Amino acid sequence: MSDYQPVLLANIHREDSHKLAVYEAAGGYRALRKTLREKSPQEVVGIVRASGLRGRGGAAFPTGLKWSFLPEGHPGPIYFCVNADESEPGTFCNRVQMEHDPHQVLEGTILSCYATRASTAYIYLRYEYPLAYRRLQDAIAECYEAGYLGKNILGSDFSLDIHIHRGAGAYICGEETGLIESIEGKRAWPRIKPPFPAVEGLFRKPTVVNNVETLTCVVHILDRGVEWFQSLGVPPDPDNPRDAGSYGPKLYGLSGHVNRPGVYELPLGVRCGELIEEYGGGVWKGRRAKAVVPGGVSTGLMSQSELDTPLDFAGPVSVGCLGLGTAGVVVLDETYPIIDFLYNSCRFFAHESCGQCTPCREGTRWALRILERIKGGRGRLGDLDLLAEIGEGIGIIPGTTICGLADGAAWPIKTALRKFRDELEDYIRRTNPTGYMATGPAEAVDVAEVA
Amino acid sequence: MATIIIDGREIEVPDHERLNLIEAARRVGVEIPHYCWHPGLSVVGSCRMCLVEIGRRDPATGQVQMMPKLMPACNTPIQDGMVVVTDSPKVRRARAMVEEDLLLRHPVDCPICDKAGECRLQDYHFRYGQPERRGDVRPFSSRRQELGPRITLFVDRCILCTRCVRFTREVSGTAELMVRARGTHEQIDVVDGFPLDNKLAGNVVDLCPVGALGDKDFLYRQRVWFMRSHASVCTRCAAGCSIWVDENQDRIYRVRPRENPQVNRWWICDDGRYDYHHVHDPRRLVAPVCREGSGLVPIDWPELLGRLSDQLARARPLAAVFSPFLTVEEAYLLARYIRGLDPEALLVLGPIPREGEDERFPGGFTIAAEKCPNRRGVEKVVAHMAGEVAVFERLLSELDGGTIRGVWVSGGYRQEWIDATTAARFDGLQQLVVQDLFPSPLTERATYALPGAAAAERDGSYVNRTDQLQSVSWAVRPPSGVRPEGSLLWALLGRQRLYDARAVLREVAAEIGHFHVAAEPIPEVGVNLKVNLLARSEGPAGEAEGVRQTRPS
Ligand SMILES: Cc1cc2nc3c(=O)[nH]c(=O)nc-3n(C[C@H](O)[C@H](O)[C@H](O)COP(=O)(O)O)c2cc1C
Ligand code: SF4
Ligand code: SF4
Ligand code: FES
Repeated sequence: MSDYQPVLLANIHREDSHKLAVYEAAGGYRALRKTLREKSPQEVVGIVRASGLRGRGGAAFPTGLKWSFLPEGHPGPIYFCVNADESEPGTFCNRVQMEHDPHQVLEGTILSCYATRASTAYIYLRYEYPLAYRRLQDAIAECYEAGYLGKNILGSDFSLDIHIHRGAGAYICGEETGLIESIEGKRAWPRIKPPFPAVEGLFRKPTVVNNVETLTCVVHILDRGVEWFQSLGVPPDPDNPRDAGSYGPKLYGLSGHVNRPGVYELPLGVRCGELIEEYGGGVWKGRRAKAVVPGGVSTGLMSQSELDTPLDFAGPVSVGCLGLGTAGVVVLDETYPIIDFLYNSCRFFAHESCGQCTPCREGTRWALRILERIKGGRGRLGDLDLLAEIGEGIGIIPGTTICGLADGAAWPIKTALRKFRDELEDYIRRTNPTGYMATGPAEAVDVAEVA
Repeated sequence: MATIIIDGREIEVPDHERLNLIEAARRVGVEIPHYCWHPGLSVVGSCRMCLVEIGRRDPATGQVQMMPKLMPACNTPIQDGMVVVTDSPKVRRARAMVEEDLLLRHPVDCPICDKAGECRLQDYHFRYGQPERRGDVRPFSSRRQELGPRITLFVDRCILCTRCVRFTREVSGTAELMVRARGTHEQIDVVDGFPLDNKLAGNVVDLCPVGALGDKDFLYRQRVWFMRSHASVCTRCAAGCSIWVDENQDRIYRVRPRENPQVNRWWICDDGRYDYHHVHDPRRLVAPVCREGSGLVPIDWPELLGRLSDQLARARPLAAVFSPFLTVEEAYLLARYIRGLDPEALLVLGPIPREGEDERFPGGFTIAAEKCPNRRGVEKVVAHMAGEVAVFERLLSELDGGTIRGVWVSGGYRQEWIDATTAARFDGLQQLVVQDLFPSPLTERATYALPGAAAAERDGSYVNRTDQLQSVSWAVRPPSGVRPEGSLLWALLGRQRLYDARAVLREVAAEIGHFHVAAEPIPEVGVNLKVNLLARSEGPAGEAEGVRQTRPS
């Protein structure tokens, strides 16, 4: 695969890659011109559907199918939200795209708005991306100037305005209905579904939310065609009728204990070990990997023995992870204690839980409490069962919460316990030699200490 | 028609009824525990106590296919062919998990909590919770924070169901309450300088499923299991909200809204909520007195009953003032009594207290400007008996003209309703009988000043401003020495045994067309007189029309 020529990242190394002239010189906005001239919105939806494109934001939902849920013949307005909140631990691909190729993001947005008949788009941008903010702002101004945005784009009867909405440092604002609430000026408490955003979303109007990278894929599907897109990646498993396939290019954000961390564009399906060895230059300091997070901490852990797993939408699931997630691959070397991973992960999710759903609000905090106690040398073997129970209990998959944050909190716990239980038990025995066998209620600590 | 199966029991629901699974299950006697859902508020689906398993029955094969994940009953509308299971091991585990979670940081200070005994957290814990505590967190104690002049928050008892927050946004429209911070740091709060202070604020205390919100009027005054609740009607304004009067040994401690889709739905206003204090006001009249020379001296009821009618009969021409606080039955008996003594007697409607304008809230709740419960009912009775309803001014001018020699005045007003100058115009009457709650310039001038009963002490019916007639029974006994209006008039009319308001209402129904539906037993939510009248006069088409016209806003 090393001869693969990047498409999504083709532009980023050019000088002034964020400028309109540079983007246009490299073929930018060609897809938009062609599409506005030759295709109706329905046709665009049809093409994206046929391409098999699945969302890159984490849930891998088929993009064309999502668009087709919009009510037909709706008088409008229909809103489009670009999810650029990118806050999943270990994830930074959208950032590179927005900072170095903002016009590609905008072209994808304009095309997707055309397909969905949206007349207003909001880019929900993570606050901590100030450069992306400036680059997108400038790019939007250039687009208005050049007639790619505003009234009657390129002489067609399609009009569109794009606004940037900056977040304020909350992970939950990336959840699509939390994002919608946040744009409305409210607390980002995810909404219960149904109704789904396609029916009742932003300002109670039909709304589509898509990830930045998803939209940039749309540009190239329209530019190069469905066949090109399907020539990359992995077709659906014929034995699994529910597999929707993993077509197209994908950005992998490699970080952690590797020699060359960074964003790598490859066709979906690269093997995890190959990504680390061939592209990331191997695990640092000559060590071996103990575990790898396949797609943001929410997806859980793969063990060293699972590194052969292809990083497509089905691969991580086959080894008990939540999914490919955001393809933010984090490598943990053989010296890194799993208890620390678990503790950090739980601290993140307890801190970021929006606090609506009882099981998520209390469960994530309780798990953190227990891990704090274990790390403080007062762990018991029974704690691991309790942690497992908390992990099994929360999330939209068992149906006990409103949004997927709780699943993201659960998977690191579940996979760590399943795959690294020996290490965790060892840790408890070692750090609490006199009390690790104790049963009954653990000694209570004031909640104030925890809070 | 949708057919669904809940725990093996089949239930059919007509298409126009849009029920969720909590409501549907209730129909077959299955309780689905819930915290955050309330029929009067938007659905947030966050507490997760109402999780159930759902599936579908294939109409062709009859085979049932269950969904793998649990679903919140509150956000799941019924659908034809749906199968619901509310007591599987999976559901029970989920409930136990939510209960355990909610109790992790809860102070469990039930012994000093007002809600104990009617607390959902407590009840559900016994029904669905884990037997033992596994949490290793020692919770906070009973931190308390003032939210407003009447409402206090026990911060750590809160389970963050957000019912109170949604109420202030959706029903009162005042939006004082909010959730502050995130995750387990969250707490209900107000912004400095904007306390929870609106006319519907008291409702949040009833809404709170746990003891987090306390009403300072009720706080620490009574354990709920000592009280009995009586269905009643608020008499503070013409809206006539259905209420529960909670009482122990004839002392009222609390008034709560009673659900009535025809009138107040789930709410009452604070004016009505705290109105009960007048019942135990020490200034009340509590013994009958009669004039002797320039003073008033006590008289006992038997003696009074023995001579009152004769004395009134000798003071013809008579007039009677019908207070809008009288029940329909009392107004009817008073009219019968006075007209029995003087068939030409002038029947006058008492002053109608009004304050400002109707107050409408965004959620539809309205407080009426007319501050009395039964103008409509009394007017109809008087109009029927006298052919017209004379206004109070008319009586005053007759008094000035000296054409009247005896007057019966019924009161029952909360506030001062007659000033000394007006009362002076009653001077010079041969007989002035006043039955009222409080002393007034008029009782000072009376030949007989009789203590009246407060609304919570009376049996009878009220007709609110949308023509809804509601019948209630007394909730507390009046102070000894007080003889309620109905009972007194019943005796004065020479009727035997105890006062029977229901029998009187049947008489009214038989005699006055407007009240004809009241011949049937009155449902708890009351009946609408106008709708029924239209239905009778115009047949089915009229009925539909009437429903539209008189549906409460
Ligand atoms: C807690 C949580 C955080 C999320 N954060 C992001 C995010 O930062 N960026 C993103 O694109 N999607 C995020 N998602 C996924 C979105 O809800 C949504 O699925 C996605 O934006 C849809 O876009 P796509 O179909 O193009 O992938 C998050 C989901 C959850 C549950
Ligand atoms: S699952 Fe957690 S983050 Fe998501 S809505 Fe519920 S409480 Fe909030
Ligand atoms: S104070 Fe009561 S009603 Fe308000 S959120 Fe807390 S538990 Fe719910
Ligand atoms: S009642 Fe359904 S989630 Fe709270």
